[in-house]
Amino acid sequence: MITTLLYSMTGLLLFAMGFFTLIVHSHPLRKILAVNVMSTGVFLILVATAYKPLGMGQIDPVPHAMVLTGIVVSVSVTALALLLACRVQETSNLDLPGRKKQGRIPEESGQ
Amino acid sequence: MKTEEKILRQAQNRNKRLDAFQRLLLFLIICLITALGTIIWIIPDDTPGLADAVVSMQEHSGVESSVTAVLLNFRGYDTLLEVMVLLLAVIGAWSLAKAPFPRQVTNTSPVQMGVVRLLVPLMFLVAAYLVWQGSHLAGGAFQGGAILGAAGVLLLVTDLPCLRAIPAQLLRIGLVLGPLLFVGVALFCLFFTGNLLGYPEETAGWLILLIEIACAISIGLTLSSLFAGGHPEYERPQSNNPTESSGNGEKP
Repeated sequence: MITTLLYSMTGLLLFAMGFFTLIVHSHPLRKILAVNVMSTGVFLILVATAYKPLGMGQIDPVPHAMVLTGIVVSVSVTALALLLACRVQETSNLDLPGRKKQGRIPEESGQ
Repeated sequence: MKTEEKILRQAQNRNKRLDAFQRLLLFLIICLITALGTIIWIIPDDTPGLADAVVSMQEHSGVESSVTAVLLNFRGYDTLLEVMVLLLAVIGAWSLAKAPFPRQVTNTSPVQMGVVRLLVPLMFLVAAYLVWQGSHLAGGAFQGGAILGAAGVLLLVTDLPCLRAIPAQLLRIGLVLGPLLFVGVALFCLFFTGNLLGYPEETAGWLILLIEIACAISIGLTLSSLFAGGHPEYERPQSNNPTESSGNGEKP
C-alpha cells in the first residue's frame, strides 16, 4: 500500500511540476521537456496503480500495456515536436525568447 | 560588460519571484494535485481492476503473457492505431526537415567505435530474444523495437553506416512493414471470423508473433529515423549546409 502510494505521489508531483512549467515558460524547448516530465508522471501513476502486493491477486496488465505503447509514442511525439520547434525558430518572425537576436537575458534567466 | 551583467542579474532576480498570475497558477495546480492525490489515496487496495477479466480469457488469446494478450489481442485495435501514430510521426518529421548524412566518418574516438561494434550485434540479439519471448514472458514488439532503435541511435552518433547503408526503398518498406502487416492481419480476420482483429483461436499465437516481428522492425527503424531528425538525404552531401541546423533536431 505504502509503496504504491509513494510512487503515485511522486508521479503526481512530476505531473504538477511539468504542468506548471508548461504554462509559465514560453520557450518551446521548455514546453516539450515539461510535457515529457508530465507524461513520465502519468506513466508512473498508471504502473503504480496496477501494482498488487504479492499474494493479493494478479497484477493488472491493462495499464502496463497502455504504458508500454505510451512510452514509445511519447518518444516519437517528442521528436516531432522538437522538429516543429526548430522549424518555428527558423522560419517565424515571432520574438521567441532564447533567439539569438533577443540577446541571452531571457534564455539565461530561466535556468 | 558591467551593465550587461547588471541587467542579467536584474532579470534573474525578477524571474525568481513569482508574479500574481504564477502564484494563482501555483495555487490552482496545488488544488488539482490535492484532489487527485485524495482520489488515489481513497482507491481501495483490493480493487479488482481488469486483471480477473484478462486471466479468464487468457487461454483463448493464443499467448501466455497477459500483457502481450492485452496489447495485441484484447486491445489490438488500440495498438494498431498507436503503430499508425509512429508512422505518422516519421512522415511528419520527413516532411519538415532533411537529415544530412555525413559521407565520411568524423573524428569518433576509437573507444566509442569499439564499444559500438561490440554492443550493436548484442543489441540485435537481445531485441530478437525479447520479441520471441513476448508470447510467454515480459517482452514483445515495443521492447524489442525500442532496443533496435537504441542500436540505430548508437550507430548514428558514431557515424557508422546505419540508415545510410539501407537502400531508400528498403527503408520505406521497413517503416511501413509493421502497420501494413497489422492492417493486413486485421482485414484477414475480418474476412474469416467477421471481427476486426478477432483472430481465429488456433492460429492466434502465430499471427501475434508475426505482427510482433514486423512491428519490432518498424518501431526500431522509426525510432532511429526520428533520431536522425528528418528525411535522409543521400545525394550531394556537400550542398546541404543550409539544412544543417534543422537536421540536428535532437540536439538543439
